[in-house]
Amino acid sequence: MSARSDKYNTDSWDLVIASSSSWWNIPFKEIWRYRDLLWILLKRDYKASFRQTILGPIWFFIQPIFTTLIYTVVFNRVAKLGTDGMPPILFYLSGVILWNYFSTSITSTSSAFISNANIFGKVYFPRLIIPISIVLSNMMKLMVQFSFFVVVFLYYLQQKGVELHPTWHIMLFPFLFLLMGVLGLAVGMLISTFTTKYRDFQYLISFGIQLLMYATPIVYPSSMVKGVWHDILVLNPMTGIVEGFRYSFFGSGSFQWGMIGYSLVFSLLLLAVSVVLFNKVEKKFMDTV
Amino acid sequence: MSDVALKIEDVSKLYRLGLVSTGTFIHDFQRWMHRLQGKEDPFMKVGQVNDRTKKAEGDFVWALKDIDFEVKKGETLGIIGRNGAGKSTLLKLLSRVTQPTTGSIKVNGRIASLLEVGTGFHPELTGRDNIYLNGAILGMRRAEIKQKFDEIVAFSGVERYIDTPVKRYSSGMYVRLAFAVAAHLESEILIIDEVLAVGDADFQRKCLGKMDQVAKGEGRTVLFVSHNMAAVKSLCSKGLVIEHGMNAFQGDVSQSVSYYLKGGSDVQHFRSFDFVNHPQFSLTSINVHHLQEERSEILDENKDIHFTVQCEVRSLDISHLTFHLYDETGEPVFSFASTQLPLHLGQNSLTCVFPALFLQTGTFYASLYVVTKDNKCLIIEKDIISFLVSDGGRDFGSYMGREPGMIRPIFNWY
Repeated sequence: MSARSDKYNTDSWDLVIASSSSWWNIPFKEIWRYRDLLWILLKRDYKASFRQTILGPIWFFIQPIFTTLIYTVVFNRVAKLGTDGMPPILFYLSGVILWNYFSTSITSTSSAFISNANIFGKVYFPRLIIPISIVLSNMMKLMVQFSFFVVVFLYYLQQKGVELHPTWHIMLFPFLFLLMGVLGLAVGMLISTFTTKYRDFQYLISFGIQLLMYATPIVYPSSMVKGVWHDILVLNPMTGIVEGFRYSFFGSGSFQWGMIGYSLVFSLLLLAVSVVLFNKVEKKFMDTV
Repeated sequence: MSDVALKIEDVSKLYRLGLVSTGTFIHDFQRWMHRLQGKEDPFMKVGQVNDRTKKAEGDFVWALKDIDFEVKKGETLGIIGRNGAGKSTLLKLLSRVTQPTTGSIKVNGRIASLLEVGTGFHPELTGRDNIYLNGAILGMRRAEIKQKFDEIVAFSGVERYIDTPVKRYSSGMYVRLAFAVAAHLESEILIIDEVLAVGDADFQRKCLGKMDQVAKGEGRTVLFVSHNMAAVKSLCSKGLVIEHGMNAFQGDVSQSVSYYLKGGSDVQHFRSFDFVNHPQFSLTSINVHHLQEERSEILDENKDIHFTVQCEVRSLDISHLTFHLYDETGEPVFSFASTQLPLHLGQNSLTCVFPALFLQTGTFYASLYVVTKDNKCLIIEKDIISFLVSDGGRDFGSYMGREPGMIRPIFNWY
């Protein structure tokens, strides 16, 4: 068998599994071929999440409603934090659903390798499918919660004496959601590549995300933050997205293209880095997970 | 295009032993520094041969070392080897679950691997949903699954429960459904790892039939890993024996099976020693054989097995020899000692007879303890000899497995 004849060298092989692969060899074609799997995983997530519950998809609404109420009481009534003149319920509801999407995208993507180890260890499919499916499945949840937000928003719009000045930027919400998805995917995947071997990052992320919320204008408007603290706040790529979203619906504050542009560049660069790293790690992760 | 479906060239796989911890991080850092400087990975050199019975000296082990073979289109290859020989690692590499450390695997055609049936089954989903999910994970398109859906359900025989969550299934039903999905995959190369160990006899037959049809009827390339020699023989035309992660034998399936049953190069029924050499005692040889045979290549369970020890005793402090016998999983079977037989100075020849139909078929490992009169162990030699007791009377194909237990004595009935 060691007689390796040269006549095969000219043949084309459908697949070569070698010890090392190029950093840039991202299997886009394969991901496309497995698009049905992506779709089925999304359906699975939806179907399986509310099995054996009485309220079913109503749980999508219960969590943001209660969180919003608590935030309103704690941050607005007790701590007397302002909301830039926006109705507190709307202000916190928008913050809560945006932040929920972002944080669950990160936390569930970051454990993609570990929680799917049993599947990954048995069968091959492009691993990138899993984080993409997680972010998309959270996107479905976001859309449901967002429609709830729109209903509440319309209710407030009817009320007299409430200062709401929606701007044309509302049309940009799909773009903002997508941007958040990309950012969440990028951060989550980056962490998942570390957690396969060293679980330390899992601990870091579980409280890090909670702390990060306070570095994002979720429970306070960015206009309250002054001086050097404001400069730091602006470095957070989520700041521009959250502020932009609120501005487009409430008309207070401003839509800062520069910050959105910064978030976009930041997210895309980070995504590129994490896709490459993820793709590199997936090849051998079963040995270390 | 050539007629080669699969070509494996010098494939090796290095694994790290022990736990992942802070120490690993330092190792990783060292490897990374070496790589940055363009040097060879310092830990690749220290890899040990994959032998599960010996205590590792280093932290790294070669689960596979320089595996080299090719499979032609339409060929069915049986991969056999003892537990821990590296079969599953090889399959993992082939199915792209992990990457080889060195070497390459070249493939023509689509590979489907059944390392375990029911991969990705979600307990909360119904049988129907799981067929789609599992099919998609295995690489099927939705249209393809839809088209084969009825066939899959019929093959599995669980029509009645198809809209029930699979967590309510019995384990047999679960496996039936899972195998049914996998068996209907359309791929040029199919890799199967002992999926037959499950299900009832009826379903096993059905699976074997289906695999036979896949291999012979449809002319697909099949790689089949099993401990079940009967199944390997009936399904495969070629065989590959892996021993300690290395390519030990390759050829026709019946030759491979008999090579494996003889115990490969690992089992030596006769062994002479020069390393057990103590001022008071030295071991010359151990021979495991049948009566009237000087060397026995095959030990038949139907005949008495003689365990003969040649040794030189140089001190009367030595009381007797004790042997501990282990099975291939390292479980102790029993111990036996030469207490009835007094040792004398000079060359001794001691024989212990295991009666016919007492030892179970399989490989046994013996460890030697040389005991002194004050009940101390003068010499301890682990795994000093291994021997393989072969299945004597039973025909291949009539029975699908091995009886349980470590010994299989024949008792009197009346």
